[in-house]
Amino acid sequence: MLVHTARGRRTAWAVFALLFTPLFALPLLVVLAASFATNWSGALPSGPTAAHYATAVRGEPLQALATSLVTAATASLLALVVGAWAALAADALGRRGRRVLDALFVLPVAVPSVAVGLAVLVAYSQPPFLLNGTRWIVILAHTVLVTAFAHQSVGAALRRLDPAYEQAAASLGARPLHVLRRVKLPLLLPSLNAAAGLCFALSMGELSATMMLYPPDWLPLPVLVFTATDRGSLFTGSALAVVLMAATLLVLLALSRLRTRAAHR
Amino acid sequence: MAATTADLVRARPRTAPARLWALPPVAVLALVFLYPLALVVRESLTPGAYARVLGSHAFQDALGTTVWLAAGATVGCLVLGFVLALILAFVPFPGSRAVARFIDVFLSFPSFLVTLALLFVYGTVGIANGLWTGATGDGDGPFDFLTTPWGVLLAEITYFTPFVVRPLLAAFSQVDTAQLEAASSLGAKPARVVRQVIWPEALPALAAGGSLVLVMSLNEFGIVLFTGAKGVTTLPTLVYGKAILESDYPAACVVAVVNIALSTGLYALYRGVSRRAGAHR
Repeated sequence: MLVHTARGRRTAWAVFALLFTPLFALPLLVVLAASFATNWSGALPSGPTAAHYATAVRGEPLQALATSLVTAATASLLALVVGAWAALAADALGRRGRRVLDALFVLPVAVPSVAVGLAVLVAYSQPPFLLNGTRWIVILAHTVLVTAFAHQSVGAALRRLDPAYEQAAASLGARPLHVLRRVKLPLLLPSLNAAAGLCFALSMGELSATMMLYPPDWLPLPVLVFTATDRGSLFTGSALAVVLMAATLLVLLALSRLRTRAAHR
Repeated sequence: MAATTADLVRARPRTAPARLWALPPVAVLALVFLYPLALVVRESLTPGAYARVLGSHAFQDALGTTVWLAAGATVGCLVLGFVLALILAFVPFPGSRAVARFIDVFLSFPSFLVTLALLFVYGTVGIANGLWTGATGDGDGPFDFLTTPWGVLLAEITYFTPFVVRPLLAAFSQVDTAQLEAASSLGAKPARVVRQVIWPEALPALAAGGSLVLVMSLNEFGIVLFTGAKGVTTLPTLVYGKAILESDYPAACVVAVVNIALSTGLYALYRGVSRRAGAHR
């Protein structure tokens, strides 16, 4: 389209491959390959082994995976409820009210995650709320961090929603709560599902706030990846990272399957 | 801005219940986010904390490093993202759709994966150095930049470029291909088509993507932490160091307040830019 000669096109593709492969494809492949290796000091890894995975799926690592999954699921669910509620409430307010509410709920994106972690740590280590040292402080921080994304995507979907459905239902005498339950929420289901996936993925990989907050008995998987890498066990760290990626992708895949199935119905 | 029908429909009289319904989520947000933030500001106001931190070398170094890393990452991502998106959109090849999907998946992985991978590629015992020592017989290889700011810069450019590519691809899908065909059939060289037809269309997306990358790289923590570079301290890692490693909470809060001010200011700019970019279409 833009380049008309075959040679020019090949040059463009070569440039693309030259930039794309080392920068984006290589990192993921390298981590994947390293997770099956014991040594890597040449072009290719050596000493093929599955031992890292054997350690990655039992004991502390398995516990950490469960911790991450529970944290991400809980935080996403809470974020969806609060974020969607806020988006729906903002939609019912006037133009100015909506602006204020949107700005308030988008604020956590602009604040550095480390600062969110610090703020939660400072606030919940003193009366009247003592959560420091419990799992709830981690879940709370994750919820704060992902609520903005839930709110944004539900808000965007609401703006695209055809008001005719709501009006038709209301003109037939349906009460607002009934309209919400039977008309709006079903129409919003695909975007709620997408928002859940986004929140889940973000929470699974969250490290900055978690590093500030995690108690010894609630250690999410990214923290374990870090501690393994930090003490020089790069290969174990890679296996843990692959487990983290695989778990995230599986949940995202399941959510998108759910979405397409609902769309076909 | 013209009011759309949706706006007109929604402009019904605001009743008290509508405001009441907005209360619960706002109360939750205030409790879990605004109240903690207020406490950070209060803690930072401990007498003498600002003078002590702002005057320290550690803070000034971290601020300088953070700003130049963020600026460098933004420029790098813009250049790289523009080239990649241009080829993906206008010189498509078999599998270019799969690559675009891959870029989306890339966004759902945590940032520290990139640093972890770079440790294997350019680390002291990694691929690049291994190849070098194997080929030359030297004791150690020449690649030793991972623990310097350049290693952080490389990782940030890698991780954040997709955030520029995505809006660019969306913008390019709006470009009328007939326009490109007309321009090139009239004899315009590809470089001229890019400059005069594609560039104006790309500007809003570049501005929006670039300012998002700027904010995110100001706040990046995982990449810097994973490099294990004792010499590279940015504002977020300084917050972590002061609070967790030194237990100096007033100092940590001062650094956090500065970091928050910087990034919320830039984020407000980003929202403005991307709103204008949206209205432009």
